[in-house]
Amino acid sequence: MTNLMSRNDLLLFAGFTLVVLTMPIWLAPFGAGYPDLLQRFMIFGIFAVGFNILFGLTGYLSFGHAAFFGVGSYAAVWSFKLLTLDAIPAILFAVIISGLFALVIGYLCLRRSGIYFSILTLAFAQMSYNLAYSVLTPITNGETGLQLTLNDPRSLDAVLGQSVAGQPVPNLLGQPLSGYAGFYFCAGFLILAFFLAQRIAGSPFGMMLKAIKSNQTRMQFTGFNTRPYALSAFVISGMYAGLAGALLAVTDPLAGAERMQWTASGEVVLMTILGGVGTLIGPVIGAWLIKYFENILSALNDQILARFWSFLPDGAADTMVAITGKFVGDGWFLTLGLVFVIVVIFLPGGIMEGVRRIAGMFRRRSGSSPATRTQPAE
Amino acid sequence: MTNPNVVLHVADVHKRFGGLHALADIDLQVEEGKTHAIIGPNGAGKSTLLNVIIGKLAPSSGQVVFDGAVLTGRKPFQINQLGIARVFQTPEIFADLSVLHNVMIPALAKRDGMFKLNMLRALDSETGIRAEAEDMLEDVGMLARRDMLAGSLSRGDKRRMELAMCLIQHPRLLLLDEPTAGMSRHDTNTTIELLQKIKARGMTKVIIEHDMHVVFSLADKISVLAQGRIIADGSPDEVRGNPKVQEAYLGGTH
Repeated sequence: MTNLMSRNDLLLFAGFTLVVLTMPIWLAPFGAGYPDLLQRFMIFGIFAVGFNILFGLTGYLSFGHAAFFGVGSYAAVWSFKLLTLDAIPAILFAVIISGLFALVIGYLCLRRSGIYFSILTLAFAQMSYNLAYSVLTPITNGETGLQLTLNDPRSLDAVLGQSVAGQPVPNLLGQPLSGYAGFYFCAGFLILAFFLAQRIAGSPFGMMLKAIKSNQTRMQFTGFNTRPYALSAFVISGMYAGLAGALLAVTDPLAGAERMQWTASGEVVLMTILGGVGTLIGPVIGAWLIKYFENILSALNDQILARFWSFLPDGAADTMVAITGKFVGDGWFLTLGLVFVIVVIFLPGGIMEGVRRIAGMFRRRSGSSPATRTQPAE
Repeated sequence: MTNPNVVLHVADVHKRFGGLHALADIDLQVEEGKTHAIIGPNGAGKSTLLNVIIGKLAPSSGQVVFDGAVLTGRKPFQINQLGIARVFQTPEIFADLSVLHNVMIPALAKRDGMFKLNMLRALDSETGIRAEAEDMLEDVGMLARRDMLAGSLSRGDKRRMELAMCLIQHPRLLLLDEPTAGMSRHDTNTTIELLQKIKARGMTKVIIEHDMHVVFSLADKISVLAQGRIIADGSPDEVRGNPKVQEAYLGGTH
């Protein structure tokens, strides 16, 4: 392996794998050690890792990646309905369809760069959302969302003589994918996705993407056609989004148009920036933190807050409940916004920059000064 | 093209910007292996001419031929792939990448062409390209700075690195746009030394320059541009003694 990956990359990958696989253990004390939430950690981790390949490496900021996520979900559910309840064909199908979709949209959007590129992706994503919500109702089942029914044809399952009793649910070679099985299934894909992202970032191709972000003019005068490089990054990150969307459909076989809405596209941007744009680990951490706090804070209500503040005198407790109540439940987006503003102002490189600064403080204390060396990919 | 040694031929080029006739009737022949300087007062059209050669601007009429291939209408990356590299007035570098990577990128462009999807190959396994880049940095005296971020280099070092980025491609033609603009005397002199070293390798060069000290230290042939026209053409000594040139410089805005 050493000739394929540097020692640092290998250590990072091994550490990442270990952290992911032991999540049910170390997240239990934080109230997050249950499969449903862990699955979402994996799925949005994949989404963010893929988004970072486009935004972090090439600098092209897409505001429409939820479209590929949604396409992945729809494609997976259709595979469950028409072919088989097995998860693998559904995932393959979803990744291919979202990749093709990204190829078309990317080809059109990459004719522009900067803010115009962002606006174009946003426009295409909103068009996709509206198509899914109303125009394409025969394919997407509109507002209700696409779901599995007993009467689906499932031609492959029918040929193999498999039938289901009760509500059909996706499986893997006949094994159910609920609970922890679903988590480990998704975790396997996150680890694979991370490994591929690491390889891409450390390849000559990855360096070209970083060079495009750094100076597109010099790239062209150096003899590179930058368009196919950016388009490849766009398609790869679209396929990552499709994979994440498919996995969400595996764990919960219902695809709705709201997955494609601009707020969902904005969320993955927030995850990436919060964690650290251009780093490998950062976007995953950003995704985990946002999903964790969404889960914790949106479940809080005034009763729980009243119990929390009950040690204060009555008047003060009521005031605190009234104030903090604005930041939880449906108001958790207010907290997210506040945290985001604080991070962008004080740590523009995201949480990974904070980690680097702390590590730098320790290193300075031990005497060496590597300030002039470039950062390896985290 | 009558002279068989001519490698770059700017043939009858005109460039108009609205009512402004920026380049008129430009006919320029650059011989293989020579250093050809284009000089002229501010606003004479030197940068416009360079941009027409490199494909950044399309001429209103006329064409540019490089070794039998018409450059007009080709994109910058296609022109580079034909063997033409360019140094910019303000160094165009990859500021966020290390010096070593800055020099490895053009070497990869030379080897792999304008696009290659080699995303599962490790950059660390490109030992040949890496060694080539290190040799090149050694040549320009920057090997010790290979791990620094390019953006943190001094202006003079950025220029040296940009030259290394061009030279590693072994271009047949090197275009230099005011390579010493905005530099201190010291940086200017080290850049001249470096360019003289390159000159010994027999690469064809077109250099646009303001600084007469630089021009007369390097050029084999000089074309003088004034108000969009070539007013004189010849060896440094011929040009120096040409009364029209003295008039353009003394009577012009310079």
